[in-house]
Amino acid sequence: MSIFKSKTPEAAPAPAQEPALRNSKYKHLPDKDQAMKMYHDMLLIRRFEEKAGQLYGMGLIGGFCHLYIGQEAVVTGFTSAQDKDDTVITTYRDHGQMLAVDMDPRGVMAELTGRSGGYSRGKGGSMHMFSREKNFYGGHGIVGASVALGTGLAFTHKYNNDGKINLCYFGDGASHQGQVYESFNMAALWKLPVLYIIENNGYAMGTSVARHAAGDLYKRGEGYGIPGKVVDGMDVLAVRDAAVEAMEYIRAGNGPMLLEVKTYRYRGHSMSDPAKYRQKEEVEKMREERDPITNFKAFLIENDMVSGEEFDVIEKQIKQTIKETEEFATTSPEPDPSELWTDVLLEA
Amino acid sequence: MPINVLMPALSPTMTEGTLATWKKKEGDTVKAGDVLAEIETDKATMEVEAVDEGILSKILIAEGTENVAVNTPIAIILEEGESADQAAFPTGNEKSVAPPDQKEEPLACSLKAPEPKHSEEPKATRVSVDEEKFYAKGTKTMTVREALREAMSEEMRRDEKIYLMGEEVAEYNGAYKISQGMLDEFGPKRVIDTPITEQGFAGLAVGSAFNGLRPIIEFMTMNFAMQAIDQIINSAAKTLYMSGGQLGCPIVFRGPNGAAARVGAQHSQDFSSWYANIPGLKVLSPWSAADAKGLMKAAIRDPNPVVFLENEVMYGQSFEVPVDEDFVLPIGKAKIEREGKDVTIISYSIMVGKALKAAEALAGQGIDAEVVNLRSIRPLDVETIAASIRKTSRVVSVEECWPVCGIGSEIAAIAMEECFDYLDAPFKRVTQKNVPLPYAANLEKLALPQVEDIIAAVKEVCNR
Ligand SMILES: Cc1ncc(C[n+]2csc(CCOP(=O)(O)OP(=O)(O)O)c2C)c(N)n1
Ligand SMILES: [Mg+2]
Repeated sequence: MSIFKSKTPEAAPAPAQEPALRNSKYKHLPDKDQAMKMYHDMLLIRRFEEKAGQLYGMGLIGGFCHLYIGQEAVVTGFTSAQDKDDTVITTYRDHGQMLAVDMDPRGVMAELTGRSGGYSRGKGGSMHMFSREKNFYGGHGIVGASVALGTGLAFTHKYNNDGKINLCYFGDGASHQGQVYESFNMAALWKLPVLYIIENNGYAMGTSVARHAAGDLYKRGEGYGIPGKVVDGMDVLAVRDAAVEAMEYIRAGNGPMLLEVKTYRYRGHSMSDPAKYRQKEEVEKMREERDPITNFKAFLIENDMVSGEEFDVIEKQIKQTIKETEEFATTSPEPDPSELWTDVLLEA
Repeated sequence: MPINVLMPALSPTMTEGTLATWKKKEGDTVKAGDVLAEIETDKATMEVEAVDEGILSKILIAEGTENVAVNTPIAIILEEGESADQAAFPTGNEKSVAPPDQKEEPLACSLKAPEPKHSEEPKATRVSVDEEKFYAKGTKTMTVREALREAMSEEMRRDEKIYLMGEEVAEYNGAYKISQGMLDEFGPKRVIDTPITEQGFAGLAVGSAFNGLRPIIEFMTMNFAMQAIDQIINSAAKTLYMSGGQLGCPIVFRGPNGAAARVGAQHSQDFSSWYANIPGLKVLSPWSAADAKGLMKAAIRDPNPVVFLENEVMYGQSFEVPVDEDFVLPIGKAKIEREGKDVTIISYSIMVGKALKAAEALAGQGIDAEVVNLRSIRPLDVETIAASIRKTSRVVSVEECWPVCGIGSEIAAIAMEECFDYLDAPFKRVTQKNVPLPYAANLEKLALPQVEDIIAAVKEVCNR
């Protein structure tokens, strides 16, 4: 995977300074470099997803394609708190997770277009991508599957006593699957280092949480002794705060923890969902008042952490990255027909 | 640079749609995210959002236009300061991102909607003797989707113990719109949205069937029935036997089965041979809308658990269907879709259409193929299959399952057990390639059985 160099932005040169914070409700504020990286990642995800939507509309991406637009603060907040050797696993709504762990956007987009330059060499598609190098374990299409699998990744961390944890993402709809509770029980029983993250974006396809869930999602682990908390998933700093504390708790050997992160997806469930089950005003209100990117930018400006020109640099850089990404993903050749037969089994 | 707004594809199977309304008019300023227009497909209405900002300088496709092909330019957006006459298209922009296998034809030509991909589906014209009486009362054209809905609705009107349950079946009108309007007609007591808990609701439904109800369980796709397969097999299929005949289980498990269009390995699998292996189950798989209607009604009326395997790509296809409300097809009977004398092609579901196309092509080359539409996978209509093989002495099976222990394996066994002395050539099967289904367009095509594969197999058994 050496062609996929990580695309972390060069921090624009600026005097290191302690920000004079006017807003100090956060406990684990990032330093300036981190803050800029977080802003960069959220914006990169947003622009990447917009481009993916466009390429889908042009028929260059096929099948199911689930965009992460609106949810950027969730993965960015957690990633900013995790150790780079921690493992990550998620569902089919996976583009954001991959970009956040610095997988190359070109390799991700080329997988979406089904080309040989994609992370799965075109064989997986939008829902199925992996990177051992970045400790990203997919990309799973079956609702609920990531929970048992993530618990298994955590089992390995405990088995090897490597001090790492697993970040296990799943949806509000997924949270009801039977295997979720089978996993919770084992994880608590064996004190496995796993952070269960419910990305509650309000809907499972066309069904609102109120119509699919009895009781509160954050309390789902209570019976097993798994502590749970609600987190504001539209506020990247609130996510980061919760993430830092949860990871400390888990790394100290206390076993799993559960965070219900309240977020919102702006687009339909997948490209083919007209999202007629919610009011347009609901989406507009979220975009206007709670947009995680706009609000984080305002916070950074208000607290003199990042200047206007520095934002310009980041934004230009992302524009360029997206351009290169599109170029790569649309010119990378289709996989060689011989690829049809490879990777079914390993040589014994 | 002027930007062409193209007719977008909004679902894996969409090839064209109707441009319903323009939400902006020429001269309007637009910014990214603004809704430009609404388009309709057979499944849904969707909004087209602007991706770029500028001025909507020209609308190229008037509202109300039907059959607009995906990727047709529908409008031009100019960046500030550009003039409209710069906006002659094609701009060449789109070409640079065309997939390598796409023909580089000038975009202006694509304004004429190309033949829609699916309209080529062969029509079922041959009516078998047993079914003539239903056709005598007249037919109407309907899609497979409508046929399934009508069958369920008619039966639900007849028997109020029948209910429909599954993910998104009620308020969303079905993920694939099979149950459109059914919540309105039957209400939330009988058309029920579930959480995403397949094992739970399948088990619940089986329990309710033990206790006198007649559930229809929709799996959003059959791939997700794998979560519930224990309840289908261990509870639904075996309990009658284990209870010495006390606890019957009248239930239908239905949903789209097999490959759709580039949805990848976890969402593309033909489960026919899995369920076909299980005593205590019946397994049906329709091809045409008439199959869908007649078999669905049979499945609902049957006192046993029936697994009903549909196909997403077929949902939008239209066929003639008898209007007679008593049109119910027998379970366990195959249909000869095309009579022929040289070779038998045995198939089911979407592959019947491919087999018929292959037969047409072969006719031009002097090979007269008989095409058998199985309709029922379990029980298999051994009699019809064997009679056809004895008549032609050559046989090819076509399916979307993988080869190992697939439906073709069973056909081979029938050929051996029932027709050995009649065979003039070894049996040949056409199946999905023995690999998980790849996502890339070119690989997916290679993996799935194509008309050319059928033609090649038939020629081989005919020594041509
Ligand atoms: C076992 C299973 N059942 C059904 C589906 C179809 N499906 C895919 S995503 C989805 C909704 C999931 O909602 P949620 O867990 O809230 O995640 P979100 O899409 O909102 O991120 C459904 C029903 C599936 N992929 N797997
Ligand atoms: Mg959700």
